[in-house]
Amino acid sequence: MDRGVACAGSVRESLGVTVSYSSAELLIAVVARLLDGCRHVVTGAASPIPGAAALLAREMSGGALRVSLLGSLRNSSFTNGGVELFDLAAQGRIDAFFLGGGQIDGEANINLVGVGGYPKSEVRWPGSFGSSYLYFLVPRVILFREEHSRRVLVPKVDFISAPGGSPAGVYRPGGPFKLVTGRALFGFDRVRRRFRLESVHPGHTVEEIIENTGFDFDRPEHVPVTPPPPPEVLHLLRARVRQSVAEVYPRFAAALPQ
Amino acid sequence: MKTTLCDLSTLAATVPDGAKVAVPADRSGVAMTFTRELVRRRVRDLHLVCVPVSGLQAEVMIGAGLVATLETSAVTLDEFGPAPRFVAAVREGAIKLLDATCPAIHAALQAGQKGIPFIPLRGLIGTDVLANRPDWKVIDNPFHTGDPIVVLPAIRPDFALFHAPLADRYGNVFIGRSRELMTMAHAAHRTLVTVEEVSDVDLMRDPDRAPGVIPSIYITALAEAPRGAWPLQLADAYGIDEAALLQYVEAAQTARGFERWIAEWLAPAASEKALA
Repeated sequence: MDRGVACAGSVRESLGVTVSYSSAELLIAVVARLLDGCRHVVTGAASPIPGAAALLAREMSGGALRVSLLGSLRNSSFTNGGVELFDLAAQGRIDAFFLGGGQIDGEANINLVGVGGYPKSEVRWPGSFGSSYLYFLVPRVILFREEHSRRVLVPKVDFISAPGGSPAGVYRPGGPFKLVTGRALFGFDRVRRRFRLESVHPGHTVEEIIENTGFDFDRPEHVPVTPPPPPEVLHLLRARVRQSVAEVYPRFAAALPQ
Repeated sequence: MKTTLCDLSTLAATVPDGAKVAVPADRSGVAMTFTRELVRRRVRDLHLVCVPVSGLQAEVMIGAGLVATLETSAVTLDEFGPAPRFVAAVREGAIKLLDATCPAIHAALQAGQKGIPFIPLRGLIGTDVLANRPDWKVIDNPFHTGDPIVVLPAIRPDFALFHAPLADRYGNVFIGRSRELMTMAHAAHRTLVTVEEVSDVDLMRDPDRAPGVIPSIYITALAEAPRGAWPLQLADAYGIDEAALLQYVEAAQTARGFERWIAEWLAPAASEKALA
């Protein structure tokens, strides 16, 4: 999925002026809406769009939302080293976190380790990071992966870095909340352990989503189009968020529209 | 025992083959110049514990054949992409893998620092990470039945190995925000440190600094190594050398390219480059 400044759509301002937005801006705005009502949101390593979305959500909350970006000195609430994020999560002091995965399956299991056997994997990814723990403890885990293909969204993951659900009796206040891809937004039903297509991003179709998803999912009869970012949100993004996300993700920020 | 102030090669000579060595994540102060000395000596069969992940350091040590066992939550060169020699070693089955999750490594080191045999940790149940760690167990919470919880054995590394901005001549080491270095030093039997500079002023007497200081009681030996994290960053001191990282990634795509990179890194000119 193109992260660059290529126009992904446009919205009309009050005076009839049309503002176009990039696909990255659309995803930032989609993710920011999912953080509504949170008190503390944390983003992990290599997460420019979730990071920008958390900073945007903070702007939209009038500063009420606390945001901690891993790797940031200016936007961080941590002084106790690498362990603090995990201690906060176990105490319920983090409301939302983001996880990705080389593979995500229909039960929201995620694989960050590799495919083609273990431990001798044909394709090896970096590793599970904190996922095997945070997925259990953070109430709103948003799965974010721009690539929406059958390679990523598979019937069953090859390796479970973190499971989408747990048997009764396993301590699990947290789990999957939504799945955001470059093409669509899904919700997750933790009881039925199934994804439900909630909206399709502008320019994409339900047929295309079915074609490119390797697992079954529920969907309403009429699937809405993901609402584009309103002009005032684009203003916030360009005037304030772009600048603050540049501390951790300079290359990403430079590629966002001014 | 008193901390020894020594030169780099003496410091590196204290790590024997087969040692269990704990190293920090890329942004916390990685002793790259020290690592170069270990590669020069071709130390073998190390059990590398990454706290809780690693990048260039693990990648280079694996590529150079120093590592027998890798205990980590991830190896990645972040925005520079996958770590090519790590990926190749996994594909070939050249290293024993102990895949972990970040809080498990932190918690097991905390158990080590407390001198207790194990520590419980939430999460993990139902993961293939746990399924592949026969050394981790699930017990029933002894205070509340019907609450399964994972227990991890303590990690007591033979050595903690890292780079910090400042030490004093009494052997106290300033680490600032990188608190995980404190835990590593507490848990390890011996701690070897390189620093940007050694000061004559006693760091323990400065109330602003003392909370970010590892007291000399934990520091076995230290050596001065200006720009000792290069080409990686040292927080609040210098950034990552992007050109050097890009050059590495390109070279390390093949075993032969990696060997050429190593030869250049070990050549005397490389230390001048680090200081440039």
